[in-house]
Amino acid sequence: MSYLDYVTGEPITDTKAPEGPVAERWDTRRFQAKLVNPANRRKHRIIVVGTGLAGGSAGATLAEQGYQVVQFCFQDSPRRAHSIAAQGGINAAKNYRNDGDSVHRLFYDTVKGGDFRARESNVHRLAQISVEIIDQCVAQGVPFAREYGGLLDTRSFGGVQVSRTFYARGQTGQQLLLGAYQALSRQIAAGNVEMHARTEMLDLVVVDGRARGIVARDLITGEITTHYADAVVLASGGYGNVFYLSTNAMNSNATAVWRAHRRGAYFANPCFTQIHPTCIPRTGDHQSKLTLMSESLRNDGRIWVPKAKGDTRPAAEIPEDERDYYLERIYPSFGNLVPRDIASRAAKNVCDEGRGVGPGGQGVYLDFADAIRRMGRAAVEEKYGNLFDMYERITAENPYEVPMRIYPAVHYTMGGLWVDYDLQTTVPGLFAVGEANFSDHGANRLGASALMQGLADGYFVLPATINDYLARHPHAEPVTDDHPAVREVLAETEDRLNLLLAVDGDRTPDSFHRELGELMWEFCGMARDESGLRTALERIPKIREEFWSRIKVPGSGQEFNQSLEKANRIVDYLELAELMCLDALHRAESCGGHFREESQTPDGEAARHDEEFAYVAAWEFGGTGAPVLHKEDLAFEYVHPTQRSYA
Amino acid sequence: MAVSGLIMLGYLVAHVAGNLKVFFGPEEFNAYGHWLRVMGAPVLHHEWALWLVRIVLVAAVVAHAVSAYQLSRRDLKARPTAYVHRRRRASYATRTMRWGGIVLALFIVWHVLDLTTGTVHPGGFEEGRPYQNVVDTFSTWYGNVVYIVAMLAVGLHVRHGFWSAAQTLGVGNARRERLLRALANTLALVLTAGFVSVPVAVMTGVVS
Amino acid sequence: MRLNLRVWRQKNGAAEGAMATYEVDGISADMSFLEMLDTLNEDLILRGEDPVAFDHDCREGICGACSLVINGDAHGPERTTTCQLHMRSFRDGDTIDVEPWRASAFPVVKDLVVDRGAFDRVIQAGGYITAPTGSAPEAHATPVPKADADSAFEHAECIGCGACVAACPNGSAMLFTSAKINHLNVLPQGSPERETRVLDMVAQMDAEGFGGCTLTGECATACPKGIPLPSISAMNREWLRARRKASRG
Repeated sequence: MSYLDYVTGEPITDTKAPEGPVAERWDTRRFQAKLVNPANRRKHRIIVVGTGLAGGSAGATLAEQGYQVVQFCFQDSPRRAHSIAAQGGINAAKNYRNDGDSVHRLFYDTVKGGDFRARESNVHRLAQISVEIIDQCVAQGVPFAREYGGLLDTRSFGGVQVSRTFYARGQTGQQLLLGAYQALSRQIAAGNVEMHARTEMLDLVVVDGRARGIVARDLITGEITTHYADAVVLASGGYGNVFYLSTNAMNSNATAVWRAHRRGAYFANPCFTQIHPTCIPRTGDHQSKLTLMSESLRNDGRIWVPKAKGDTRPAAEIPEDERDYYLERIYPSFGNLVPRDIASRAAKNVCDEGRGVGPGGQGVYLDFADAIRRMGRAAVEEKYGNLFDMYERITAENPYEVPMRIYPAVHYTMGGLWVDYDLQTTVPGLFAVGEANFSDHGANRLGASALMQGLADGYFVLPATINDYLARHPHAEPVTDDHPAVREVLAETEDRLNLLLAVDGDRTPDSFHRELGELMWEFCGMARDESGLRTALERIPKIREEFWSRIKVPGSGQEFNQSLEKANRIVDYLELAELMCLDALHRAESCGGHFREESQTPDGEAARHDEEFAYVAAWEFGGTGAPVLHKEDLAFEYVHPTQRSYA
Repeated sequence: MAVSGLIMLGYLVAHVAGNLKVFFGPEEFNAYGHWLRVMGAPVLHHEWALWLVRIVLVAAVVAHAVSAYQLSRRDLKARPTAYVHRRRRASYATRTMRWGGIVLALFIVWHVLDLTTGTVHPGGFEEGRPYQNVVDTFSTWYGNVVYIVAMLAVGLHVRHGFWSAAQTLGVGNARRERLLRALANTLALVLTAGFVSVPVAVMTGVVS
Repeated sequence: MRLNLRVWRQKNGAAEGAMATYEVDGISADMSFLEMLDTLNEDLILRGEDPVAFDHDCREGICGACSLVINGDAHGPERTTTCQLHMRSFRDGDTIDVEPWRASAFPVVKDLVVDRGAFDRVIQAGGYITAPTGSAPEAHATPVPKADADSAFEHAECIGCGACVAACPNGSAMLFTSAKINHLNVLPQGSPERETRVLDMVAQMDAEGFGGCTLTGECATACPKGIPLPSISAMNREWLRARRKASRG
């Protein structure tokens, strides 16, 4: 059965968001939600998968509330989740600068930035909670940047007109994650959290229609274990590693969300991926991952490529009149500061024309020569010194003397498990928080909003909504390994791993991952069109078939086996990739990070088709049949859709 | 470790100052030796003050040695497997703390047997005539070698030990770093030079 | 370029280990050290051998997972994490020794992978500020002098990789522990738990079997994030202060 024969199922009409003015909905929902008596909370076990900003904050907070939390991460320590790598900052509508910011403005910017593909109710809640997050993090000892007067400093970020981004040098994600990790550590020490590090979730246990546990693998001994609870929270991050090369950590993966999808959770907007324009270009086939350079560099750097194709002269030898400052040329009013998706696509276009620079022609210059002339080298160093050092360490080129080379790379996935206003998936008792869900960013995420959403979900939203579910299902029957549903999941998991080990073919897991990634980058990357997506949809099943006949995984399942971990993750990428392409194909419009060549304005900008596509595409797993599309219509009562223009 | 070390360091400073009196001739030096015995009189009985100092010193030596033993045991246990690829970077003074300490302990034993009890003293040991005793000791080649080697070890030991003690007692910080390092080096240099000057003086005939 | 690798191979925590020799060819100067090991592993898999296990994740120098001793240096010859070390730091024909972190508190799990759970337990002993969600006052209620905020940040940069322990001839975790204590103790928010934090974390550090500090300074030299050596002195000051306070009752 081909993925192209998807069927359209019942639309989703109830997201559990209350009616009424948008600013009051969160309060209303919190009041409506049933509570669990503090004495009874101890009787409830909650599984949390992942220890990033969303998972770490959720685990700590639920444990503080008195629940028994059982938490998992595949890293050797909960402190290493990939949230740690976020550089820029975290948005909050504090209006400390008195520059006209407000909850409503953050709400407005986020809905608009998401290109009108996010829910107003959710985004407003996010903006409201943003102010509490900063308070919480400061109380935990997060060392945010401060002014000389001792008050918190902020900066503007991602092209918004107010200064609302709180930061800790270029390591905001690290500092926020350590805050959550420390709160989690306190709960581990108190015995309220049972922490399983180096343990990876491989499947979800659904009993009588409700999420009741997970199947996991102890990565040190290889033992397959089962864990049961009254609710399961997935905080397992995004799926950008489908592309092989991305700014995600090497081990970030889609297994938890994909397995949940196979067990009944709808997957929403899988094609919405964000490509970040300023990453360090790849240097060759050996490249294993890409490194982001903070977007702030575009404030002072000028982006250019040679006017002539195939010009291989060093940058310094190309005279001014033979350079094309293409962003300044095409977008005279925004210049180098156009939004991420536009900057990324423009870079791809000039490289596709054969004007790219550096090895393989996959790069454009980000030149600070003018900034150094204008501000002096010392000022540039003061502002960007640590980024320049990082660039030099990776490329061995001195950006004070030769222009940096940058190229776009996959960075974040806005799509994820479909959740309602309570962050509950379509499997009762299964919740998804952070990047693992699809909820708040629509088709494009604004800078410094990922940290905000992860912490909002974990510290404030989930702990308030999960009570309602638990209060309504107070006496869950205990589940044991003998339950037929558990036996089936266990057998499936073991069979899958055994099969991977048994094929004993002639290709490594990485070789398949790289092949899939290249295909996805070409056909489902920065720009997509119908024929390319159809090509990808034809080729993915073939790669999958080849995978299952030629994969070679050395060693056994009963030991520390990184090749087996990798191969098992690729199994899921090979399925998810297909759904991403199908979603991209069916959405015959451009919006945010999803750019369909067929749908652009005369000046080459993304053209939305609101009448047809103002909905969330929530996909139901079709088993052996075709996937089923459920549409959740989006209504915009407060922020009225307009076409973006940056020319 | 730090406290007992600093006590001994304080003693060494007094000791070197006393030793240098040797350059003012036998009378003054012997008188100084005598004063050490009547120190604190008439409040204290003969040699009481000296014994008090000796008890404190012995306690410091024992505490220092016991701590060193415990620390070493713990450190060796914490790093049971060595790297195949060996590489040294810490300064010589830092690396020699353990062996240097043992060398110094042995030296102290010899030093006491030589010049306090006279048990292994070359020539006729005479209580109450330290000047002559010193000259006797440094008239033998081995007396000079043992003493000078030990005093170099003292310098190295003090150089890392003093700075280290400051860190242990929480006195160090980024601003004081240079000051502490300079102080440690000066102390080490002054002590070693002061002590070594005596055998050198005997050898060259300045003191005889 | 072509390199000779001598890599520590150990099947699991209980097994004996030994150095094994491999030759890798076609290594580009632009590769990271871990990409060079990826290349080796691809070869090993196709030859039907067990690939070399090593910890790594973000590969951008911040998660602290990577942990190799290269030619006797924790994280190799440059002052950075292993993942940010590039092959241009080596020359064609070099022999490179690759070993795991060595400390009894960090037992080997397999090959170059060690268990750093001891660090987590040190944090659990008190490396946090008790601030349950929802209880926080307005963020601007307590201004923090910029110098204190900067000092807290400088220590908070620690990525918990364990290079300090690996480099220390005594397997001591003083630099790691001091970084966390100084981060929290310098802030007004961390002050109510200042004494219990330092006493409990140091006690846990000792209980984990880390060695004592003899101030060799190897830790600060190896630290990829530049946590300064005087950090240890500051922790000692905190500890002595807390002990005095405790003894006064």
